[in-house]
Amino acid sequence: MVAKKRARKPLPSPSEWTFELIEEYHREIARVAADYGLDTYPNQIELITAEQMMDAYSSVGMPVNYHHWSFGKQFISTEKGYRRGQMGLAYEIVINSNPCIAYLMEENTMPMQALVIAHASYGHNSFFKGNYLFRTWTNADAIIDYLIFARNYLSHCEERYGEEEVELLLDSCHALMSVGVDRYKRPPKLSLEKEQMRQKEREEYLQSQVNALWRTLPQIEAKASAQAERRFPAEPEENLLYFFEKHAPLLEPWQREVVRIVRKVAQYFFPQRQTQVMNEGWATYWHYTLLNTLYDEGLLADNFMIEFLHSHTNVVMQPAYNTPWYRGINPYALGFAMWTDIRRICEHPTEEDKRWFPEIAGSNWRETFDFAMRNFKDESFIAQYLSPKLMRDLRLFAIMDDDRESRLKVSAIHDDRGYARVREILSEQYNLGSREPYIQVWDVDLRGDRSLTLRHQAYKRRPMGDASDEMLRHVARLWGFNVRLETVDDAGDLLSTRECRVERPQKLPQVA
Amino acid sequence: MARIIDRRFDSKNKSAVNRQRFMRRFKGQIRRAVADAIDGRSIKDLDNGESVSIPSRDLSEPHFQHGSGGIWEQVFSGNDQFSTGDEIQRPMGGGGSGGQGKGASNEGESEDDFVFQLSREEFLDVFFEDLALPNLVKTQLAQIPEYKSQRAGYANDGVPTNLNLVRSMRGALGRRLALGAPYHGRIRELQAEIDELLKTRGPEDEEVKRLQHDIGVLRAKIEAIPFLDTFDLRYNNRVKIPQPSTRAVMFCLMDVSGSMDEEKKATAKRFFMLLYLFLTRTYEHIDVVFIRHHTVAKEVDEEDFFHSRESGGTVVSSALDLMRDVIQERYATGLWNIYGAQASDGDNWENDSPRCRELLAQSILPYMQYFAYIEITPGEPQNLWREYEKLQGTTANFAMQRIESYADIYPVFRELFKKTLV
Repeated sequence: MVAKKRARKPLPSPSEWTFELIEEYHREIARVAADYGLDTYPNQIELITAEQMMDAYSSVGMPVNYHHWSFGKQFISTEKGYRRGQMGLAYEIVINSNPCIAYLMEENTMPMQALVIAHASYGHNSFFKGNYLFRTWTNADAIIDYLIFARNYLSHCEERYGEEEVELLLDSCHALMSVGVDRYKRPPKLSLEKEQMRQKEREEYLQSQVNALWRTLPQIEAKASAQAERRFPAEPEENLLYFFEKHAPLLEPWQREVVRIVRKVAQYFFPQRQTQVMNEGWATYWHYTLLNTLYDEGLLADNFMIEFLHSHTNVVMQPAYNTPWYRGINPYALGFAMWTDIRRICEHPTEEDKRWFPEIAGSNWRETFDFAMRNFKDESFIAQYLSPKLMRDLRLFAIMDDDRESRLKVSAIHDDRGYARVREILSEQYNLGSREPYIQVWDVDLRGDRSLTLRHQAYKRRPMGDASDEMLRHVARLWGFNVRLETVDDAGDLLSTRECRVERPQKLPQVA
Repeated sequence: MARIIDRRFDSKNKSAVNRQRFMRRFKGQIRRAVADAIDGRSIKDLDNGESVSIPSRDLSEPHFQHGSGGIWEQVFSGNDQFSTGDEIQRPMGGGGSGGQGKGASNEGESEDDFVFQLSREEFLDVFFEDLALPNLVKTQLAQIPEYKSQRAGYANDGVPTNLNLVRSMRGALGRRLALGAPYHGRIRELQAEIDELLKTRGPEDEEVKRLQHDIGVLRAKIEAIPFLDTFDLRYNNRVKIPQPSTRAVMFCLMDVSGSMDEEKKATAKRFFMLLYLFLTRTYEHIDVVFIRHHTVAKEVDEEDFFHSRESGGTVVSSALDLMRDVIQERYATGLWNIYGAQASDGDNWENDSPRCRELLAQSILPYMQYFAYIEITPGEPQNLWREYEKLQGTTANFAMQRIESYADIYPVFRELFKKTLV
C-alpha cells in the first residue's frame, strides 16, 4: 500500500451532489481502484429519479424489458411501499453489462453517491467481469441488445397473436424460470444481429424437427421399437424450458421463440442467484476499502466519513436469531465479514488459521482475493473460506429440524467439534440444487398418449409445495398433453404422483 | 473513464404499460371494487380514485418449491445459549420451520390482500365502461372544464385582427420622438448659429448657406424615421381561462315504495351519478335536491335517499308536486338551470298517472333544461310509462328510457349530451 501521504486538501463534501463533484469523486475512486488492481468493464453512471428507480425495479432492474402484468404488479407494490414510507428504495442498481451501467438515485446525498460509485461501479463491476459464473453464463456485451430484441419480438407477437395469448404463455414460462436454466452446459454467445438472423432459421428448423419426432412410424418398425423401449429423452433433462422449446409438440414457432427468450433471461440471472454472498460482500468490502484509502490520503472530510460509515454499518448489520428483525443470514454481513477475514488470514494469520488455511495464511492478499473472486460461487466459497474465527465472531450454530422428531436439535455450534459441520451446513444452504426441488424431464410416452413425466428427486424427504398442482397446469399448457410429476426417494422408489390431464389436446388448459 | 449521464429528464412512466396490463388482467376484481365503491359513495364524489384490493393468492406467481416437512438443517447467527445436542421445543405453528421462508423470493408473500390505488381516470374508465358510453362522450366527460378567452393586456405579436391601434400609435409616437430628439437638438443649435450669423452677414453668405444645408440634411434624416415600425405594433392579448358557465340544480326523484329493491336503487344511483357528471362538466355550481316518495313525497339528504327503506303504495304526483314547489320557492330566478331525473319501477296508482303527465307538461317541463325518466323494470311497461309516452315528442327537453341493465342508462342522455357538445 502507498505510504500515508501528507494530508491533502479534502474534496468538498456538501450533502447536495453536483455533476462536477461526482466526476471528481469518481476520478479519485477510479485511481485508487486501479492501484488495488481491480479490473472492470468501462463504467456508465446514470443519474435517475426515484420514479425511474421504481420503473427499473419493476423490470427486474434492466433498462429495457418486455411488458408483462407481473412487472406492473411489482411496480404498483413498490410504488405503494415507497409512497407510504414503508420502504426505501435501493441506493443503486447495477447491471452486468458492458459498459457496466450503474443507476444512482437523485435523492442520494454526495457521500451516498460516492459510496454507490465505489460499491457498484468498482465492486460489483469487477466481480461481474472476473467471476467464472458470470464469464461463463452471461454475456455482458450482448444483454442489452438481446433484451431490445426480446421486447420487439414480443410486441410483434402481441400484435399478431393478441396480448392475452402472449401473456398466458409468458405466465407459464415465468413459472418455470427456476427450472429453465442449464447448470452444466455452456450457452453460446450471441449478438443482436446474429440473433435476429438466426431466429427465422431456427423457427423453421425447429418446427421440422418436432414434426420428425411425431411422424407416424410404419407399422412393423413401431412394433420393433416398442420392444426396444426407446426412451425419450434419452437422458433426463433438467432444463424444462429448453426441453419445451425444442420438443413440445403443439407449440407454434413463435411460441418456441418466446420460451427461448424467457429461458435466456433466466439463464442470465442465474449467476446472480448463486453468488449473492460473494458478490455483495465483495462490493461492500471494496467500497469500504476504497473510501477508507481515500480518507487515509486526506481526500475525504470527516463529515463525509461519518455519513458513509453510518450507511455502511446499517448494511452489514447481522441481527441475532432471537431478535424480531432477524431475517436469516444477511448476505452483505456474511460476505463482508468473510472477505475482511480472508485478508486478515493473509496478513496476520494465527496458529489456528495456519492449521485451517495453510495455502493462504501469510500469502499476498490481493492475489488470494483475485483467485477467490474468480473461481467460486457462494456454496464453494463458504465451504472453502469460512474460518473458525468468523464462526465464533458471528456465533453461528446449526439447528436440525426433522419432521419425524418432536423436538428441534442443535446439531453443531461454533466450537472445535462443530466448525466443520456448521460450515458444511451453511454452504449447503446456498446450494440452489438443494434449496429448490430438483426436477427433471424423465420420460415421454411417445407411442401412447404423449404424456410427459417429470421426476422430482426428493432431497432429505422434503415434499413438493402447495403450488405444485398449479405448476403442473403451467407445464401442461406448454406441453399440450397430460403431465405427471413423480416424486422418488434416494433409492429411486416412487413416493407420490401428481397429474394434470389435458382434456382436449387442441385447447391449451386454463391456468387459474 | 466513466461516462456520467443525466437520465432524470428521460421518459418517465416506463411502467405505465405494465400497469395497464396488470389492470386488464384483474379487471374482474377491479370492476367489483368500483361497483362497491359506487354503492358506497355520494353521487357527487366522482373525482377521486379508489383503492382496490385483490386477494394475494389470485396474484401469485407460482414456482416449484419445497413444502414443509422432511429434514431441514439451517445455520443461525448470534448463539447465546445453545451447545451441541441441545433439544428445543418446536416453535408454534412453524412445522418444518419453513426452509423456504427466507431468501426464496423477494416478493414478500404476505397473507394480506394486495391493495392498490386507482387513479381518477382509471376509476371513471371502469365506471363508464359499465355504462357503455361512446368514446367521444367519455373524453368529453372526463375532461376538466371548457375555456373562455379573456383579455389580458397586450402582446408584441398576434394576428392582424387583434391589432390595437391606439397602443401601436402611441408606441410609434414615442419612438419617433426619441429617435428624432438628437437631430432636433442639432437643428436648434444650427438655427441659433444661423441667427447669430445673420446679425452680421447677409443671407447669401457661404457660411449661412452651409448651415442651412446641414439643417436640410438633418430634416431629411428626421423624415426618414419610419412613421410606424413593426416594432411599435401592439396586439390585444387574450388568454384562455377555465369557464364553467353558471349554476344548475339537479332534482333526483325516486320511488322508494316496497317494490324498489336494492338492485333497482343501485341502477338508479348510476343514472343520477351520470347526470351529475354531465352537469359538472357544464356548470360551476350544482345543487342537488333529493326527493323520494311513496304515497307522500319528502325532501331528504342523500344518505336517506338511497338507504332508507319504505313500503306502501305509490303516488308519483306527490313528488312532482313537491318538485314544483321547490322550484318556485328556491330556483325561480333565471339564474338556475334546472335538470330533473326521475327513477321508478313505473308502478303507480292507476288514477295518478294522468295527473303526473299534466303536472309535468304544464308546471314543470316549461322551466326545465332537461327532464329524464327511467323505468327500471324487466317486465311490461307500467301505467306511468304509458302516460309519459304521450309526452315524448311534444317537447325536446324530455327523455325516457326503460332500463334492464346499466348499459341502457346512457341513451337517456344522448339528446342532452348533443346539446352540451355544440
